Amino acid sequence: MADVDKWVYSNIVKDHFMHPRGFLVGAPKEGEFDAEGEVGSPACGDIIRIWIKVDKATDRIKDIKWQTWGCATAIASASAFVEMIMKNGDMKIDEALKITPTEIAEYLGGLPSRKFHCSILADKAFKKAAENYRANQ
Amino acid sequence: MKEKNKKRIYLDHAAGAPLDKRVKKAMEPYFMDVFGNPNAIYKEGLEAREALDSARGTVAEVLGAKADEIIFTSGGTESDNLAILGVANEVKQFYGAGGKFASLRTDKTGNSTEVKLSSSSSPSPHIITTKFEHPAVLNACKVLEKSGFAATYLDVGKDGVVNPKDVAKALRANTVLVTIMYANNEIGTVQPIREIAKVIRKFRKAGNGKAISGYPFFHTDACQAPGYLDFNVERLGVDMLTLNGSKIYGPKGSGVLYMKRGIKIIPMMHGGEQEKGLRPGTENVAGIVGFAAALALCEREKERETKRLTALRDYLIKNVLNKISKTSLNGSATERLPNNANITFLDAEGEAIILYLDNEGIACSTGSACNSANLEPSHVITALGKPHEHAHGAVRFTLGRNTTKKDIDFVLKVLPGIVGKLRSFSPTSII
Ligand code: FES
Repeated sequence: MADVDKWVYSNIVKDHFMHPRGFLVGAPKEGEFDAEGEVGSPACGDIIRIWIKVDKATDRIKDIKWQTWGCATAIASASAFVEMIMKNGDMKIDEALKITPTEIAEYLGGLPSRKFHCSILADKAFKKAAENYRANQ
Repeated sequence: MKEKNKKRIYLDHAAGAPLDKRVKKAMEPYFMDVFGNPNAIYKEGLEAREALDSARGTVAEVLGAKADEIIFTSGGTESDNLAILGVANEVKQFYGAGGKFASLRTDKTGNSTEVKLSSSSSPSPHIITTKFEHPAVLNACKVLEKSGFAATYLDVGKDGVVNPKDVAKALRANTVLVTIMYANNEIGTVQPIREIAKVIRKFRKAGNGKAISGYPFFHTDACQAPGYLDFNVERLGVDMLTLNGSKIYGPKGSGVLYMKRGIKIIPMMHGGEQEKGLRPGTENVAGIVGFAAALALCEREKERETKRLTALRDYLIKNVLNKISKTSLNGSATERLPNNANITFLDAEGEAIILYLDNEGIACSTGSACNSANLEPSHVITALGKPHEHAHGAVRFTLGRNTTKKDIDFVLKVLPGIVGKLRSFSPTSII
């Protein structure tokens, strides 16, 4: 990972931050998603929420959306995470669960070290959503 | 991603102001032409000495002080530390291990005067400050607490203004120093320094049960004041005052501690006799010359700039609060520096706002936890009694000499969209 000690964002982070993808505007519609997960960062007080729509038969993620009240890295991480899941078509929940915060940071071209904790938020919120989904099955 | 050559709108003057052209010009001869060590007795040295003396005279005049009351330092942080730790280390010797007499001092005339410790049961020397001081003051006080000093951190109320009555209540027989900033660097609120000084003078005069006579001293960090506020030390009634060159369109790495005659402090560094031995080391002549020029300019343009910037500041505040919902001003609307607008945008995070603004060519700062190295929200916004969520979306705009109405109009044009965008994907809805 580049730039770990510098207070500099990679161009990929900037791009995701300035042009975030896969976020949800406003509240979800009835039946739009099957489960949601929310985490607050104990570190800085930020909040991220992730919604998923899953194909029951195949356990594949049909749709995933996020919202965050957080810093540039939190926004970029959420955007990148959703992109990683959706870019090659629908991913299985188990596969998505394997994505680590380090992989999110790498996908973003590296994060300043003091911002690494923000990439954990997206991952954690998704894990919660997946848990909630399973609990309701 | 950023277009090159896009005009930048710099609204972070409380963090640092650009060097004024006129200051740069005043400094120029002192890099190469006049380079001597001011302590040398030959021509090159004398020339440098002359520049130093003249700068000291200028600063003294602006402050209404005497030349020998001016100590040149490397900036605000050093001046704050020198004042606080300097006084603390001086009084420490009177609080020797259980002793009633700790030291002998000499007064101005050179006579020995015994300094007595009261036999009161709480022997720790005590410092009073506020919850929202600059870290240079807060952390110096915290260090002293670790070495046995007691400290009181006063509340600042929801307006961010210290109540002199609270200072009066906090004073103790063994209070040795009160340090309260003149204007807060984050929210720009101006403290009633004169009234506080009066409270302290009255207490000092009363003498009853005082641990060490002559104490406590009153120090103020006035780094944000020049150019806007009156900082004549006589009128203010302070004993020590900190100034910083880089906030006043002077060079970075330059600063001043004003210290009233008769006050004794222990220096932090030990070396030669420069600055009366209180700040040893070859003087930064160019920096000192620049500092003096910058301070004089601030004073000269004070009235005009105060009027101009107060109008611009109010225009910015009024329009942001009108145009964007769920916004509020942090700190008193009236008791504040003419160049400071600190506004909270709920449901949007400060660092994200800053970076979106940066992308539009605007520079400002935030009190958000996300933007601090220790991930703590601004201690200043928190000191106002506001919850964490308020600090999270707090953005500070500090205007300056080059700020125009056009600049503010541009901010007002792009800001609603930025906040709207961030709110559009925020899961929160804070009431
Ligand atoms: S979410 Fe707060 S620092 Fe990134």
